[in-house]
Amino acid sequence: MNAQEIGKVIPWALLLLAAAFVPVVFSPYWLSMATTMAMFVVLATSWALFSGPTHYISLATAAFFGVGTFVTGLGFQTLPFWMLPLIAAALGGILAALVGMVTLRLSGVYFVIFTLGLAELVRQLVTWVQNQTGQRGMYVLTSITERDIYWMLLGLAALVYLAGWLIGRSKLGFALRIIGNDETVARHVGIDTALAKVALFTIPGMAAAAVGAILAPRYIYIEPSTAFAPLLSFQVVIMALLGGTGRLWGPLAGVIPFTLLWEFITRQAPNQTLLLLGIVFLLIVYVLPGGFVGLWARIRRRFHQGGGA
Amino acid sequence: MSRTVLEVQGVTKRFGGLVAVRDMRFDVTEHEVMGIIGPNGSGKSTMINMISGLFPPSEGSIRLKGAELAGLPAHKTARKGVGRTFQLVRLLPELSVVENVVAGAVFGHRRRWGKPAEAHARQLLERVGLGASIGLPISSLTYIDTKRVELARALAGDPEVLLLDEWLAGLNPTELATGIDLVRSLRDEGRTIILVEHVMDAIRSLCDRCVVMSSGAKIAEGTPAEVLSDAEVIRAYLGEDEDA
Ligand SMILES: Nc1ncnc2c1ncn2[C@@H]1O[C@H](COP(=O)(O)OP(=O)(O)OP(=O)(O)O)[C@@H](O)[C@H]1O
Ligand SMILES: [Mg+2]
Repeated sequence: MNAQEIGKVIPWALLLLAAAFVPVVFSPYWLSMATTMAMFVVLATSWALFSGPTHYISLATAAFFGVGTFVTGLGFQTLPFWMLPLIAAALGGILAALVGMVTLRLSGVYFVIFTLGLAELVRQLVTWVQNQTGQRGMYVLTSITERDIYWMLLGLAALVYLAGWLIGRSKLGFALRIIGNDETVARHVGIDTALAKVALFTIPGMAAAAVGAILAPRYIYIEPSTAFAPLLSFQVVIMALLGGTGRLWGPLAGVIPFTLLWEFITRQAPNQTLLLLGIVFLLIVYVLPGGFVGLWARIRRRFHQGGGA
Repeated sequence: MSRTVLEVQGVTKRFGGLVAVRDMRFDVTEHEVMGIIGPNGSGKSTMINMISGLFPPSEGSIRLKGAELAGLPAHKTARKGVGRTFQLVRLLPELSVVENVVAGAVFGHRRRWGKPAEAHARQLLERVGLGASIGLPISSLTYIDTKRVELARALAGDPEVLLLDEWLAGLNPTELATGIDLVRSLRDEGRTIILVEHVMDAIRSLCDRCVVMSSGAKIAEGTPAEVLSDAEVIRAYLGEDEDA
């Protein structure tokens, strides 16, 4: 790392430090909001690490997330809590690798449909197992507080950013940019495109499963229909695209306004949340292609031209 | 003695009912420029695509220094030492000119990364005559400059054999002269090149040997002077309306 890179890292480290004080400084209401944001930051940022460069839209977040919540649901009484996100991440990574091996050779459209179906598939599987064993949902009663959850998510977010930063500097990151531009060229310069995509797809898989495991105590009672709710997958895509996938900070810039807006709408007009999703989607497509990252790039370009540099 | 670099034996490619390449065979020796010529649709690009691993041959064997390439995916043939350009130029529009060339240096036959890869890319860009436009975005390059970037990318992995699919097509007369000089300079460096070309001047001045294809099959092989005076070759060319 050179001096310039250290200079870039310091503001992020300070931001992280400041974020760590949220539970101490703010009311429980805002802590709850911050927890939701931290959750979406992890989900959307890890999602963008894969989907940004490859342009494959994954709707599998809910599948990985659900697997994570069930890991906690099944394991919290017998295992120390810190192990559960790790186990969930391992399972999420394996599931993602399997799904990736099957689907990433297909074109983008098939991939979207398959990943959407995946959450449903896993949900049906869990429901079936539960019916066999006569269970419905399960209670996750722990001593984990909202603060603990928030701090764990914050730590996870830091890991995701670190992973993103490392990948961006690595050959894998470069390979993915090439794949995103022209997959035929990528193969012809020697990139094993299938392997690269599968490797990268495990990251959102691991992250989303770990988030699910960490958040399970917050729901107290978990059942397949809520744990695997497809809405989550769509929210993550919208937030990531609103922020923009071109830069590591992009999804964060989408998560903060979207979460605030979502909260506002849920309180004012609870039935209109899907409308918000639709409107933001139209906004992205027609007004903000590239999200806030793209907007920022355009502003900077105009500024540089205007400045006559 | 010069060694055989590439051996093509009994290669056939079918697309459904269409036989695009039929029982092709030829050898390419080290430091040689070998031309593949023939009318439109005669199967030249299909032959190149099979060598580079874009798709596998239906039958036959393609050996690079003895190692079988037939059926290998493109990333493996690239690592074994096949470099290519495409008939329709393919660049990476969101990457810089230098990154486009670095792309060819990182994962392929001879690998470089970081500063050495970038230095290598800049040197190649200089080499192919793109020094001046190096800082431009891909979208504002002239046509010949896009071809130069693609050539530099293909060279960046130090390939054992370089496949140029109509690299000179679409250039104006001045550019064409520059292009021919450039390919000749590559040849003088001792590169092994397979050149698919329609431009007769280029074939005459660049190729040591030529293979002529017609309807997927080889109809002649020899020096450019020999094949271009061959009766069957003349018939194959006159039998259809050449565009220019
Ligand atoms: N991927 C493909 N699928 C089906 N048919 C194909 C495919 N690629 C080529 N062909 C057919 O194979 C035949 C040979 O095509 P090819 O592109 O190899 O010719 P060519 O000699 O390169 O012609 P040109 O000089 O116009 O570039 C043509 O009839 C073409 O339509
Ligand atoms: Mg062709």
